[in-house]
Amino acid sequence: MLIADGDPSMKIGVLALQGDFEEHCGCLTRLEVDAREVRLPSQLDNLDGLILPGGESTSIGKLATDYDLVEPIQKFAKSAPVWGTCGGLVFLATDVGGDQPTLGLIDMVVERNAFGRQVDSFEEDLEITGLPGGLFRGIFIRAPKVVKVGQSVSIICELKGGSIVAVRSGRFLATSFHPELTTDTRVHEYFLAMVEKALRS
Amino acid sequence: MEKGTETLKRGHAQMLKGGVIMDVVTPEHARIAEDAGACAVMALERVPADIRAHGGVARMSDPGLILQIMESVTIPVMAKCRIGHFVEAQILEAIGVDYIDESEVLTPADEQNHIEKTKFNVPFVCGCRNLGEALRRIAEGAAMIRTKGEAGTGDVVEAVRHARSVIGEIRRVSAMREDELASYAKEIGAPLELVIETSQKGRMPVVNFAAGGVATPADAALMMQLGVDGVFVGSGIFKSGNPSARAKAIVKAVTHFNDPKILAEVSQGLGEAMVGIGVSQLPEKERLADRGW
Repeated sequence: MLIADGDPSMKIGVLALQGDFEEHCGCLTRLEVDAREVRLPSQLDNLDGLILPGGESTSIGKLATDYDLVEPIQKFAKSAPVWGTCGGLVFLATDVGGDQPTLGLIDMVVERNAFGRQVDSFEEDLEITGLPGGLFRGIFIRAPKVVKVGQSVSIICELKGGSIVAVRSGRFLATSFHPELTTDTRVHEYFLAMVEKALRS
Repeated sequence: MEKGTETLKRGHAQMLKGGVIMDVVTPEHARIAEDAGACAVMALERVPADIRAHGGVARMSDPGLILQIMESVTIPVMAKCRIGHFVEAQILEAIGVDYIDESEVLTPADEQNHIEKTKFNVPFVCGCRNLGEALRRIAEGAAMIRTKGEAGTGDVVEAVRHARSVIGEIRRVSAMREDELASYAKEIGAPLELVIETSQKGRMPVVNFAAGGVATPADAALMMQLGVDGVFVGSGIFKSGNPSARAKAIVKAVTHFNDPKILAEVSQGLGEAMVGIGVSQLPEKERLADRGW
């Protein structure tokens, strides 16, 4: 069952500074959505939504600052949905403990590399609130976790031990794991449904 | 909960795509690399140019030094072991490095066998000069590939040769009929199922970086335009006049590899590049790329 029908007129940007942006574009293309790589502010024009991919959040933050993308993305996000995976989740947070530049779009405190180094990376079946079709396979790679959220933020997925790994805050979605590394497109469809809703309103 | 799966090992390399991995020999270097936007660092006792100059047997670095580097940055830390030296690999896994490079830059420990890499939880990256070599390494469990180039020279010619060879062969294999793949697999000495996978995907089955001789932002962008997923820079940064500025410029050049205006901006005022050695002047027995099979 599709959560959202792929709408070919929908244009979704994927921040392509560093990380697995091609994998996100591949998922969007499979859902028959127009995927656009974003490296410069002007490339945000006419997009309906934006995905911040996984990657090294320090690299992405520095490149975004050097090419003046932080403010334009914040402005874009005033009306359009944004989803961050892993490093993208870090980039969306208000507080990541340190002086790393972030967008500050979701009121949350994030701990980077919260589960340890690469040898501690793991896969786990997840129950995600609002996602139909049963469990979702979560791929966690040197993943961050959300340690505290503000009142505007709903927690939509926790691990058994209580670690927060997915949140929703209005137009914004953040996941510690990587749906783009699986063949299951349900979280991408969930995000596209958010974009459709924003376009209608 | 599952750990050490192929998805996790290959997936970590997918997070490094579009990025620059820099060789560092001290915690201070590692912080300069992180500040410049490197997506990972390779912790070493000596950069390849110094390994060349020093001569003798080149081995895994002191684990104590690698640990100091791991403590000084939050980005992933890779380290090298000798080809076939599975105990060096066990040691590197035990201290928790994020990726192991089974590298021809160090003196090989085994002239017949590479490490059986599927047994490890930590992922491996291996060098290659052509598609057959790449797919043999993937069959042994490598989760990431880098074209070898010629490390420690600052001469990009071998990096170009190896990237063109790999990417050209991928193009050829993608255009083949299904019934031609078995004989091609035999010709290049690669497992048939990986040749089929490459043909179907039209790309290397795992992430493929370029390495060995990248010294300028233009070199890095050249490799990206040839079709690799990212770039390793070894001696090119810390053997240059202004490592910090050069490191930042190479990071930007890899992101904006298709934008000559930005490449022109970032290439300015970087001071001296590493002096380098022309590969054509290098005696054959000093070429590192011929190690590994």
